[in-house]
Amino acid sequence: MELDPLLLSRMQFAFVVSFHAIFPVFTIGLASYLAVLNGLFYRTENPAWERLAVFWTKVFAVVFGMGVVSGIVMSFQFGTNWSNFSFAAANFLGPMLSYEVVTAFFLEAAFLGVLLFGRGKVPQGVHLFASIMVAVGTFISAFWILAANSWMQTPVGVELIDNRFHITDWSEAIFNPSFPYRFTHMVLASFLTGGFVVAGVSAWYLLIGRDVRANKKALSMCLWLLLVLAPAQALVGDFHGLNTLEHQPTKVAAMEGNWETSSHTPLLLFAIPDQAAQTNRFEIGIPSLASVILTHHPAGVVPGISEMPPEQQPPVWLVFWSFRIMVALGFLMIAVALAGLWLRRGGRIYEHRGFLQLLRLMSVTPFIAVLAGWFVTETGRAPWLVYGMMTHAEAVTPSLTGGMALFTLVGYVAVYAVVFWAGTYYLTRVVRNGMQEGGEEIKGEVERPMRPLSATHTPFDDVSTNPSK
Amino acid sequence: MGGIDLALIWAVIIGFGVIMYVLMDGFDLGLGILYPFAPDEDARDVMMNSVAPVWDGNETWLVLGGAGLLGAFPLVYSVFLPALYIGVFLMLAGLIFRGVAFEFRFKSRKNRHWWNRAFCWGSAVAAFAQGAVVGAYIQGFAVEGFVYVGGALDWLTPFTVLTGLGLMAGYALLGATWLIMKSEGYIQAWAYRITLPLLVLVLAVFLIISLWTPFVNPDVWERWFGHIGVIWIFPALALGCAVVVYRSVRQRREGLPFVATLGLYIFTYLGLVISKWPVIVPPNHTIWDASSSPESQLFLLIGVLFVIPIVLTYTAWTYWVFRGKVKVGEGYH
Repeated sequence: MELDPLLLSRMQFAFVVSFHAIFPVFTIGLASYLAVLNGLFYRTENPAWERLAVFWTKVFAVVFGMGVVSGIVMSFQFGTNWSNFSFAAANFLGPMLSYEVVTAFFLEAAFLGVLLFGRGKVPQGVHLFASIMVAVGTFISAFWILAANSWMQTPVGVELIDNRFHITDWSEAIFNPSFPYRFTHMVLASFLTGGFVVAGVSAWYLLIGRDVRANKKALSMCLWLLLVLAPAQALVGDFHGLNTLEHQPTKVAAMEGNWETSSHTPLLLFAIPDQAAQTNRFEIGIPSLASVILTHHPAGVVPGISEMPPEQQPPVWLVFWSFRIMVALGFLMIAVALAGLWLRRGGRIYEHRGFLQLLRLMSVTPFIAVLAGWFVTETGRAPWLVYGMMTHAEAVTPSLTGGMALFTLVGYVAVYAVVFWAGTYYLTRVVRNGMQEGGEEIKGEVERPMRPLSATHTPFDDVSTNPSK
Repeated sequence: MGGIDLALIWAVIIGFGVIMYVLMDGFDLGLGILYPFAPDEDARDVMMNSVAPVWDGNETWLVLGGAGLLGAFPLVYSVFLPALYIGVFLMLAGLIFRGVAFEFRFKSRKNRHWWNRAFCWGSAVAAFAQGAVVGAYIQGFAVEGFVYVGGALDWLTPFTVLTGLGLMAGYALLGATWLIMKSEGYIQAWAYRITLPLLVLVLAVFLIISLWTPFVNPDVWERWFGHIGVIWIFPALALGCAVVVYRSVRQRREGLPFVATLGLYIFTYLGLVISKWPVIVPPNHTIWDASSSPESQLFLLIGVLFVIPIVLTYTAWTYWVFRGKVKVGEGYH
């Protein structure tokens, strides 16, 4: 079988960007949470807020560090595997990505050190200010990246001359039609991620009875937040979907698994899309509901995938099922948030062991939902890389061979497997050691500002098993 | 915008970024290369501690350079990266491994030897790949129109292997002179001992590369043996710096060997830039051919001119805070 450099490049990009994305998604949510905790401590001087802030700052440091390491690779991917695209879109893509880097550097240089190491060394107000600035900075970073991505989905403000995009209107290109929806959807996703992780860890600490006072506060606060955010995300997601219907109807058709343009379109709960036969097998659906959701009328017309010839269709099963996973997890999140509200009577949210265990498990769901959502939006626009203007096939590096692409794909998987293992393993140790007096710490380690991980002092392996030193 | 040559400004910025990266990440990569030869584990602790506060700041120049190239000179980005595809992967993998090693070696006890290996191999591979990039730049690339059309391993020739090994030796020399400045006692004595052999090695490699280059690329020959005699000042100054390294090591000076080594590389780098100027994608494309649109270059320039002074200030501040000697046992009990 001939190795296809295009397919392998797409797999490689999907792999490295998925791996990378989970870190910033978490840091954006967590940075805002830290700002809130530091603000609460500043106002109330309740030490419980400070204990929470100290612990979550350590987690933030590790996750931020992992994000930086995996991010270095991203800044070279566009050139190595998508050189035609990089060259064509550089006038827009270059400034967007560079501004993201500039923002991140400014943030790291000016405020991150103060947030991580400044507690007790700079005035409390200065520390709070740094914490807020880090949170704001994560939004600005996300702004640039999502502006670039949204432009690729709904490209405007440019003209294509001699295979190169030239900017005709910067603000139109940056604030392109899908950008406001994607940005809001993504920020809420980050908050949900932060919220469910904090809720899950707090629930675990309550289960084992560690720092009950502080963790009750954290859990209660998170559940109020999730009660607002989880339904809000469903609403924003709906608006985002309507925007997609307007600009990328084929993507919506694939999300709905709707092959032929039709009215009274059912909402499919289950189906096995068969792209070769251009139909679904084993459909189970609710009559007319897709029409109602997308057009707010049962007789509304929903576009069909077959409006496009087969070679211009996205991989339907992937879009269809990724979308279902994302939505199902979204509804699960709403249900858990509502259950939390119900259990508040009599303070049972802090004691109901089943609920606390459920929250522990829930902490991974936002990551899965975010990745599923990105699979929907990224594979759903296939075969286009810049929608309607440049296909994946036109964008890939011409000199790339299947063997080269396979070599690096395997290589990146191997490298990330090691890094991800080490990072996750270390993070679980930080959590296991967290929120307690006299947890395992490396004694006398020199503080090394600038290095995010030096904000934690948890040893990487068991100190007690090694008698020397 | 009449009168202001944005491509020229960007060439200066990118050129500045490249030499900042080479000098600053150079000495911490160099310490990684020297790692297996260190006298003992305490010396390794000191070596790593001496760069721990600054290494990731050093690497920010690489990321800024990568993103800046895409924004300002997309042709460089879209020819170099495909042409050096395998090398870029090896460099990134090396940098990731050593980055992670930096973080976790300090926090490990029984797994420490694994992180030592990751640090050493990561540094060595990254340094070799960067040296090969320099060699490939001197060689030039097979480009048709604005697209790289060569093969996966065109960059890997005897010449680029030599430049790769040469940069490894060069980084090792930087690492050794850095260590002279930052250590004391038997560790410093070891650093003094290895500096002069490394200097000889580096000069030998530079000499071979200089003699070889005109055969690899005739334009360079024309540039050096044509009518512009004044450019010979750069190799002369580089050689002067090498003499200063030699004498200052003999006199057991502590800071001067490092500073003179920096000078040696700055003048060598300027000589290399002069050999090629204004070609940025050899053999044929100049900085003006490789540029993005003037509006994009201007848009990006505003942000970069804002952030570079901040990064420089912060970098200087960090180096100031962590000035002075790193002692054995400092940090661990």
